Amino acid sequence: MADTDPQPLSRDEVAHVAKLALLDLTDEEIDLFTVQLGSVIETAHDMNNLDLEGVEATHHPLGLTNVTRDDVVRPSVDRDEVLSQAPEVEEDRFKVPPALGEDS
Amino acid sequence: MSENVAHPAAFGDAAAIASSVAAGERTASAVVDEHLARIDEHEDAVHAFNTLMADEARAAAAAVDERIAAGETPGRLAGVPVALKDNMCTRGVATTCSSKILEGWKPPYTATVIDRLVAEGAIPVGKTNLDEFAMGSSTENSAFGATKNPYDLDKVPGGSSGGSAAAVAAGFAPVSLGSDTGGSIRQPASLCGVVGVKPTYGAVSRYGLIAFASSLDQIGPFTTSVADAALMYEVIAGDDPMDSTAAPQPALPVSSKLGAGVDGLRVGIITEMAGDVIEGISADVLARLRAAADALAAAGATVDEVSVPSTVYGLPAYYMVAPAEASSNLARFDGVRYGLRADGTNTAAMNTASRTAGFGAEVKRRIMLGTYALSAGYRDAFYGKAQQIRTRITEDFDRAYESFDVLLSPASPSTAFALGDKTADPLTMYLNDVCTIPSNLSGHPAMSVPFGVGDDGLPIGVQVLAPMMGEVVMFQVAAALEQAMASDAASVGGA
Repeated sequence: MADTDPQPLSRDEVAHVAKLALLDLTDEEIDLFTVQLGSVIETAHDMNNLDLEGVEATHHPLGLTNVTRDDVVRPSVDRDEVLSQAPEVEEDRFKVPPALGEDS
Repeated sequence: MSENVAHPAAFGDAAAIASSVAAGERTASAVVDEHLARIDEHEDAVHAFNTLMADEARAAAAAVDERIAAGETPGRLAGVPVALKDNMCTRGVATTCSSKILEGWKPPYTATVIDRLVAEGAIPVGKTNLDEFAMGSSTENSAFGATKNPYDLDKVPGGSSGGSAAAVAAGFAPVSLGSDTGGSIRQPASLCGVVGVKPTYGAVSRYGLIAFASSLDQIGPFTTSVADAALMYEVIAGDDPMDSTAAPQPALPVSSKLGAGVDGLRVGIITEMAGDVIEGISADVLARLRAAADALAAAGATVDEVSVPSTVYGLPAYYMVAPAEASSNLARFDGVRYGLRADGTNTAAMNTASRTAGFGAEVKRRIMLGTYALSAGYRDAFYGKAQQIRTRITEDFDRAYESFDVLLSPASPSTAFALGDKTADPLTMYLNDVCTIPSNLSGHPAMSVPFGVGDDGLPIGVQVLAPMMGEVVMFQVAAALEQAMASDAASVGGA
């Protein structure tokens, strides 16, 4: 790949994707990821060498759909045990900071 | 001179341990103590484990011994220590995925595979190190430090299941479990000189395996012999009501043909992985592939080359499908219900701060790549195309299996490389999985069998691939390779 090739991924795109993915990247990380992810995406363009006209997509190797079970009550995981592992709990509920407020 | 602490099956393989414990020749407690002593001696150098379960293991061993004393049947894995990759949930025991975002988290339930092992008398001894969320090929992406290859402590064990492979090679446990999304069992098995199996997709329940890429992930065993791998497979495989993606059928009887030989079987060497098409496979690895083919031919198999052309597109397709699924699966780590929470003035800020502090660089890269591949305007060009390639790869494999019973290829393009050698450039690291990825995309089973060493004296594995649910013939051929290696070693007076 020559240095004159257009960049497969722009710095702005990387910053935008980080925001979508709920990641706060430093300027240095954005620079690094622009190069590193760009080279992976460049490799992905190799896929265009294959004629895939009319080829079905594989979503799952076994092609199973709508696996169901009888609708019967059965034991589940213990609520107290689950809550004991949460960062913050109040009255048997997960507690989070205000959904609206500063910076929102 | 590099240090070698390898001693696979230091106290016997799983079959030997289980039969001697069941017969009362030794106690499960004594077996566990021997292994814990060996771990104590070498774990600082190898760093196979994130969490040791010494107290739990001693208690479980005592319980097995009590059952035997009471005249009960102790199970097919009575007293067999087993190491578990730290992305499988163990109720009440820390499960981290080698990530800071899950540090200290104790799951409220246990993975199906672990319940099945324990029901047969196996003794979990610890949770093994991995590349964070199973993303990597060297176990260097762990938030808790790299695992070392027991055969050369300056080298990587492979990955992502490097801790589980190293634990078996070092004799810390005769068997372990790993997970394989793009080669994460087979590549470390090759580098650590042990047997490693990726079952057919769906043959083994994923319930309790923390998801990386759900349509590719599959749990499988590391062992020191093909017979032990078959035993482990028969214990863990089979339908599970807790996993709706599990194949609705019982475990295949993979032990049934281990001694049947390969006379009359048709073996195809994958042309694309035999040296000329996919670049970067080292000469000593290719030499061992040829030696394996020769050994099977000498044992009566028909050996030929066969082209599976679309496998060369496996790598780019994988690096769209796997990150796309990962970006979705890892959205659940947001600081709300479990794991790390960082401060934020509102929920969204807290989510972002927690993820930013909790995930390592490679995990962030893959989440970003997957988010990009699924984003508006790119989905069809990248993710959609990659899913079409999956279909094409499956069709190409199925065509090859019309003329061949099994296929052969390298498991890893090279022997173990030096720590730090490939961490600078992600794409270089990704190339480690070039021979293993196609089987994950198609769902076919494949395994790595130790078949000698390279120019550097380090282990090399040969990959045996088989049709969907073709594990019986896959294990049959693997057993023949193991047999050929054993007679080879005997004829030169042992290696």
